[in-house]
Amino acid sequence: MTDPANTLVREDRVHTSLYTDPALFDAEMDRIFKNSWVWVAHASELPGPNTFKTAHVGLEPVIVTRDKAGEVHVLLNRCRHRAASVCEKKKGKASVFVCPYHGWSYAPDGALRMVPHAKGYPADFDKDEFPLLSLRTESYNGMIYATFRDDIMPLEEWLGPARKWIDLFMKQGAGFGVKALGEHKFRFPGNWKIQLENTTDAYHFPIVHKTFLDSLDEETEDVFDVLGQGGWVEDLGNGHSVMVMIPDLIDLEDNLDAPIPERFAALADELRAEGHDEALVRKVVRAVGGTGFNLNMFPNIACSMAFFRVLRPVKVDETEIQHIAIGMDGGPAPANRMRLRLHEHFQGPMGFGTPDDAEGWERVQRGAQAGQDVWIMVNRGVAAPDGVAEPGHNAGDVSSETGMRAAYRMWKRMMEA
Amino acid sequence: MSTSATTATLTATAAIGLDEAAAFIWAEGELLDRLAYKDWLPLWAGGHYVIPIDRDASDPVDALNIAYDDATMREARVKRLLSGFSMSSAPPARTVRSASRFVVEDSAPGALTVRCAQILVEYKYGRTRTLAADVTYRLVRTDAGLRMAGKSILLLNSDEDLFGIGYLL
Repeated sequence: MTDPANTLVREDRVHTSLYTDPALFDAEMDRIFKNSWVWVAHASELPGPNTFKTAHVGLEPVIVTRDKAGEVHVLLNRCRHRAASVCEKKKGKASVFVCPYHGWSYAPDGALRMVPHAKGYPADFDKDEFPLLSLRTESYNGMIYATFRDDIMPLEEWLGPARKWIDLFMKQGAGFGVKALGEHKFRFPGNWKIQLENTTDAYHFPIVHKTFLDSLDEETEDVFDVLGQGGWVEDLGNGHSVMVMIPDLIDLEDNLDAPIPERFAALADELRAEGHDEALVRKVVRAVGGTGFNLNMFPNIACSMAFFRVLRPVKVDETEIQHIAIGMDGGPAPANRMRLRLHEHFQGPMGFGTPDDAEGWERVQRGAQAGQDVWIMVNRGVAAPDGVAEPGHNAGDVSSETGMRAAYRMWKRMMEA
Repeated sequence: MSTSATTATLTATAAIGLDEAAAFIWAEGELLDRLAYKDWLPLWAGGHYVIPIDRDASDPVDALNIAYDDATMREARVKRLLSGFSMSSAPPARTVRSASRFVVEDSAPGALTVRCAQILVEYKYGRTRTLAADVTYRLVRTDAGLRMAGKSILLLNSDEDLFGIGYLL
């Protein structure tokens, strides 16, 4: 490929082939997904020794394991003998992974333990040469990432200023810690970057999600007036950005004395009736609806208001999305129930929001078949309100396309490298 | 075999036969395929419209579902689907569904829990897709006829990747 980045990505626009060219997709999987930190799990999805979940790093299936000692490993899900996948479960407990084909068995750290009928191999056969291949793995505040590269910067440096927003996001654990409660999973026939853009797109919200807004009570509808509250989008470097839609809900440990919103009044009463003190009731109620921002992290994970959005490129025109619901780990049952109902209300294949998003993204992919030489415009935005963004950070108003430009700048950097 | 003439004379506690239940379920399916959601809402007598994800969840109230609608949420959902402002529902995919392989799970005076196989085919953008499900109905007899006191749609691929669904299952 001859320098695709320079010719296809400009500061205010990107070329349509970024959505449609299969060769470009292959190059992205190689240059971006094999060279960056890719999110694979939240720590709560591995709730104890010998637990696991399956995931992908780019196109490659992996098993994320926690071993007996509590250490997390990310292993390619491929037997070292003749390639069969060694695990086809979504999650569970296992102290050993046995290949179903010839019975090679592996420990949760990837070590090859047993080879059936071993005397059929020469005497110098060394099991140490054939562990499940292990990726470099690091985590930050419960967010577990893996990379194929041993020589890229540490995860914390990769995240940079995004770490502050991860810390703020995790406050919705209300002191209990954040726990994954389940997930919605769906695909749409469109390119992965269409979804990456959407998480930092407040502009579409009142239009695409009118029917969601219409289903809310008046007070809550005002909370979701995302364009009207002085929010902003801030470039956090390395392709990451944050879009603040509801500034009042940035720090969930602030304003604990504010009046309890009408929609949470019944929950507050239920918590009081369970005997929780007023301080805890207020902390839980303040956290139960999630934060007021989307933290979009390049290339595959977002902390989106009250859930994790995970994207997985499948083909140039096919993308899988997970919306992982989160709650308070060991928190009051009524609060976690409310979080589940709030998540179901907007998210998932039949939520009041997601199907319209998915339809919109499909329409982008369909429209992009026309005018192969026309550009996708990401030039929207005026200045952010004074004093909101970190000094020195590039920022725009809440409906600006600043976050998309940040992601495409990173795309260009990685595709040129 | 119940006819409409004999049904009218039944008391609210008379047993619900499988043939009567099947006729209700077919009529309900036809309403949904025709998008007659406003005629569908009055067919409910409390309970939840549930589309679970977890195939082993003991109680959907403490699990994440695709839908978990009480009467208020059902009304809000129907309003949304018919509003004309939801791009996935204006228009939605066309659907044809059939129900068969009825199995009685529980029977009591004036109430019947029946499970059936539902095959739904949708069409939009030149593409047909199939959604197969085990659907469990809790039916109750009222003075106005049979009503749903619960409907749970367990999709074959409930815990796998689905797609935006702009209509009622």
